[in-house]
Amino acid sequence: MLEIRNLVVKIADEDKQILNGLSLTVNDGEVAAIMGPNGSGKSTLSYVIAGKEDYEVLDGEILLDGENVLEMEADARAAAGIFLAFQYPLEIPGVATMTFLKAAMNAQRRARGEAELLTPDFIKAVNGAADRLGIARDMLRRPLNVGFSGGEKKRMEILQMALLSPSMCILDETDSGLDIDALRIVAEGVNALRDPRRGFLVITHYQRLLDHIVPDTVHVMSKGRIVKTGGKELALELEKNGYAGYADAA
Amino acid sequence: MSIVTPFKTAAEHALSAQFSAAKAELPGSLPVRKLREDAFAGFEAKGLPHRRLESWRYTDLRALLREAKPLAIDASATPAIEARLDELALDGVRLVLIDGAFSAELSTLEALPDGVAIHSLAEALVSGREDLTRVLAGPGIAQGDTGLMLNTALMRDGVFIEIADGTELAQPIAIVSLASGEAERAIFHRSVVVAGQGVKATIFEIGEGVGAEASQINGAIVFETGDESDVQHLRIVTGQAPETVQVQTLMASVGGHAKFESFALVCDAATLRQQYFVEYAGEHSEVGLRGVNLLGGSEHSDVTLVMDHAVPHGVSREMFKTIIGGEATGVFQGKVIVRKYAQKTDGGMRSNTLLLNDGATMFNKPELEIFADDVVCGHGATVAQMDGEQLFYLMARGLPRREAEALVLQAFAGEAVEFVQDESLRGMVMDRIEAWLARRDVAAVAGAV
Repeated sequence: MLEIRNLVVKIADEDKQILNGLSLTVNDGEVAAIMGPNGSGKSTLSYVIAGKEDYEVLDGEILLDGENVLEMEADARAAAGIFLAFQYPLEIPGVATMTFLKAAMNAQRRARGEAELLTPDFIKAVNGAADRLGIARDMLRRPLNVGFSGGEKKRMEILQMALLSPSMCILDETDSGLDIDALRIVAEGVNALRDPRRGFLVITHYQRLLDHIVPDTVHVMSKGRIVKTGGKELALELEKNGYAGYADAA
Repeated sequence: MSIVTPFKTAAEHALSAQFSAAKAELPGSLPVRKLREDAFAGFEAKGLPHRRLESWRYTDLRALLREAKPLAIDASATPAIEARLDELALDGVRLVLIDGAFSAELSTLEALPDGVAIHSLAEALVSGREDLTRVLAGPGIAQGDTGLMLNTALMRDGVFIEIADGTELAQPIAIVSLASGEAERAIFHRSVVVAGQGVKATIFEIGEGVGAEASQINGAIVFETGDESDVQHLRIVTGQAPETVQVQTLMASVGGHAKFESFALVCDAATLRQQYFVEYAGEHSEVGLRGVNLLGGSEHSDVTLVMDHAVPHGVSREMFKTIIGGEATGVFQGKVIVRKYAQKTDGGMRSNTLLLNDGATMFNKPELEIFADDVVCGHGATVAQMDGEQLFYLMARGLPRREAEALVLQAFAGEAVEFVQDESLRGMVMDRIEAWLARRDVAAVAGAV
């Protein structure tokens, strides 16, 4: 379970405050969507949960299963179960995707005091997950995300999510840059991972993604706060009326 | 430009005295003696290279050599040297130099493949072979370099490798040059590789310090390769005592339709200047000079190269990757000359540097001198910090900071290492890079991220 209480965050080197007392809970097994206009702080929220260093938390806390993660570095948060699917996955030239996947899986296992994976088990797990997401084997041998299309990068994010088996998945604008077919594949990948022990926080501009990944709850974010919470019908209402009505609520 | 040398330094005086005292017993036939005398006269006229000479601007040898250490005359195997050789566990032909002197006893020459002849340089120098004198002189562009002149004047030993036409070697020939570090010494060695037509061979040079005392090392290797040959050179310079000052010169004259590639890994090498002088003796040849420099502490590594396209249809590629931490300094000076008749030259030069912290310094000076009008030549030099976004991405997947950094740095260096053709040597290079990254001082890096 992810609990965010009264989170106040600014950009580290500037005076610009992005999150202004944001509170939010995502229960195990819940798919929560955050919708909001550009500049409302959605991506900042995802980065702050994942542990990016460019921000300064002025107040509040982020609890994962009751434990405050704000003091942890990004790698410790990942090992604790937080996974951020990036809006723009980074290209890492010179690092083969397989090498990276193995390093990541084993680093998390080590951090949790588990034994490292044996190579045959690792390869079996990767190939199985890749096949389900329609990722060609040849892509796994290429440097991570280098020269991948937008759709391939997003599928690679979901592959990592499947392999790392996190308890809290944050999807930051996963639909951006995807055509309808790619969107469907990615959504199916996410849906396959829905589990009573796993929570999802799906950040998006558009209702479109939520046709494929149907949320349990929808939160509207504006000016760094959650200004309205409702069921999946709230997304449809936003699609129809836009965000204009929520500007004043913040 | 005329260089005014107002007075001689203590080291220059000492070198003159050393040459006068040693020249009678330094090995050499009459033509070799003449070569030595001329080189030393050239050195005396100019003195030790210093920062007002453009090509030595960032490595002021005059300032670095406060005194000239005593010449290494002979050396014998110590238990430390034997242990080091065991650790290196090199298969095949292994040629060992201790303080620059060839040791037949420590070398493995039994399994010499057909078509390969090996002599100590000292032996070859007295043999009176005229072709050797020509090869020793090196390419025209190397003339006038005072670091090299000193080597020519004072070279005592090394190896002379001849590979007959058509010979294809399955295994690398290793030249292991160990500085004993038993006492402070000046070491002058040179090796010569003459590869005939159609030869395929890999020469692996490794230079290491064994003991604690600093050395002054001036080494050189000369390649003359035949038409249609494919000669690969790998050099590792490592494990030097902190006060060691070293100049390593590589000269190559490359035949037509041939390939010559050199790769150098520098780590824990104290103060090092590597200089390359390469000329194309025939058309349609391809030369690659690449390297990885891993610097920390107060280390200094200078890569200065001159690529001389004197004939048409030459291809040259240079790629140097430098990672600098601590207060260390890296230097890359690359000059590609394309002479008037060298049409259709294709040259590409790159120097990429990652600075790990504020105290690290890099000097980049790429130069193109193009006199032909139908060529493709480019160069690029970058100096950057590690990419914080990349590191965050890797950490968000669970990699601890150190591991994430190591992965990014390894990949950065790996781009150049990929060009090492021999698989086991490539593995050895990557292992050493990994070991260096694992030892790296994390605290010094934290500020850069």
